[in-house]
Amino acid sequence: MIFISQLINGVHVGSIYALVALGYSMVYGIIKLINFAHGDIIMVASYAVWYGAVRMGLPTWAAILLSIVICPLLGMLIEKIAYKPLRGSARISLLITAIGVSFLLQNLARMIFTATPQSLPALIPGKLSVGPWTLSYTTLVTIAVAVVMMLCLNLLVSRTKMGKAMRAVSEDTEAAQLMGINVNHTISFTFAIGSGLAAVAAVLYCCSYPQVSPTMGSLLGLKAFVAAVLGGIGSIPGAMVGGFVIGIAESLTKGYIHSGLADALVFLILIVVLIVRPAGLMGVHRPEKV
Amino acid sequence: MLKVEDLSVFYGQIQALKSISFEVKQGEVVTLIGANGAGKSTVLKTISGLLRGRNGSSITFMGQDISRMEPHRIVERGLSHVPEGRRIFLQMSVLENLQMGAYTGAGDMEADIEQVFERFPRLRERQRQVAGTLSGGEQQMLAIGRALMSRPKLMMLDEPSMGLAPILIEQIFDIITELNAAGTTILLVEQNARMALSVAHRGYVLETGRVVLADTAQALLNSDAVKKAYLGG
Repeated sequence: MIFISQLINGVHVGSIYALVALGYSMVYGIIKLINFAHGDIIMVASYAVWYGAVRMGLPTWAAILLSIVICPLLGMLIEKIAYKPLRGSARISLLITAIGVSFLLQNLARMIFTATPQSLPALIPGKLSVGPWTLSYTTLVTIAVAVVMMLCLNLLVSRTKMGKAMRAVSEDTEAAQLMGINVNHTISFTFAIGSGLAAVAAVLYCCSYPQVSPTMGSLLGLKAFVAAVLGGIGSIPGAMVGGFVIGIAESLTKGYIHSGLADALVFLILIVVLIVRPAGLMGVHRPEKV
Repeated sequence: MLKVEDLSVFYGQIQALKSISFEVKQGEVVTLIGANGAGKSTVLKTISGLLRGRNGSSITFMGQDISRMEPHRIVERGLSHVPEGRRIFLQMSVLENLQMGAYTGAGDMEADIEQVFERFPRLRERQRQVAGTLSGGEQQMLAIGRALMSRPKLMMLDEPSMGLAPILIEQIFDIITELNAAGTTILLVEQNARMALSVAHRGYVLETGRVVLADTAQALLNSDAVKKAYLGG
């Protein structure tokens, strides 16, 4: 009984990790950048929901929509301003820039909204009771939305022209250019999709933990990053699997060992993966081309 | 059709091309031959926009300056490039590779895919297969097929014979001749000078970033200097 409920909890958090991990993985796949500012997109998305719902008094759906519109735009803007000028320069410069963007977003939020955490109203109240079982609507909605988003992403990547262009650019940027693919558009599009998924994840996260603060994206972002590495960074199915595995592992640790160890376990997984299977569960080991 | 004038290209401090000039006329097969490191691939990459020439370099294609154009715009104008080492998308299916070739939307994709399959029946058999599982010869056919999907007026091929068995090399060169007969102008870069000159109308010899000889293919085949340096005496 405990096992089942911990498992469901795990799938619940895991689906949020998976959505965020997808953004890391897709961006890495296409420009080989660990976008450390990705976690902070979650924070911006959450503040957008809070601002819309609490400050502006919009209905919940409108606040959510606001957040899901803002984040892709922000993602594209960050790419244009911060990353694009560095294309072709050393990867370490890009990485440091990403960390800089992360600090910038956090401190902007601190400036505008202060460091005091703000509370959100319950977005999806209520729970479902079937016999002895109870399941909150939040959990049901979170898992359902995440699965639907992943299915849509799969369709996008495998069926649409833009999705295939993303795969082509991520496999071989030069060859993709020779096909007539506009690499700049493709990269912008990837950032938009990744940030959009992060916004959805943020909304789902706020349903369970209705509080926003300037640094809320850091830990969530890091864990999702571990999920992306576990799955094989650059791999879309890998990010999904990695997210669920991390969520379940964390939840079982909380249930059976100690809740204080849950975060440590996630990073232990990262260390083990890096030692034992650096390419991740579903990643392909591609030696660097010289 | 394609005119390159005073093209100089640098990799950092190293000058790979030293003010080279050449021309490809409509309907021709022109080949650039030369040893490893002579700068042949650099020429093609610069024409496709992947590299940039120094100021003063000029590249005109069908009367238009393309030297500052982005690569995807150049493909749209009807200039396609089959890069060295084929560079097909190994993790995508054969069919998806061909669809990527049609990215610019130059023609009717279904009909063009059908045409490629007619020319390369092996690709039809393997259309659902991931391209990484193809043999070297099949991969080269896919690379050429993919480049045809953009309906090029001029096709540039970089070392299409590389790593292929002699019988496959013959096949690839037959295809080049056929494509040319069907109206595609060809710029061919090769280390296999004998094969290249046997299908070309004209040729240029590149040595350490300079054009050192330019003549008809026949004359180059008979030239003592070329014989000695590239045709094994």
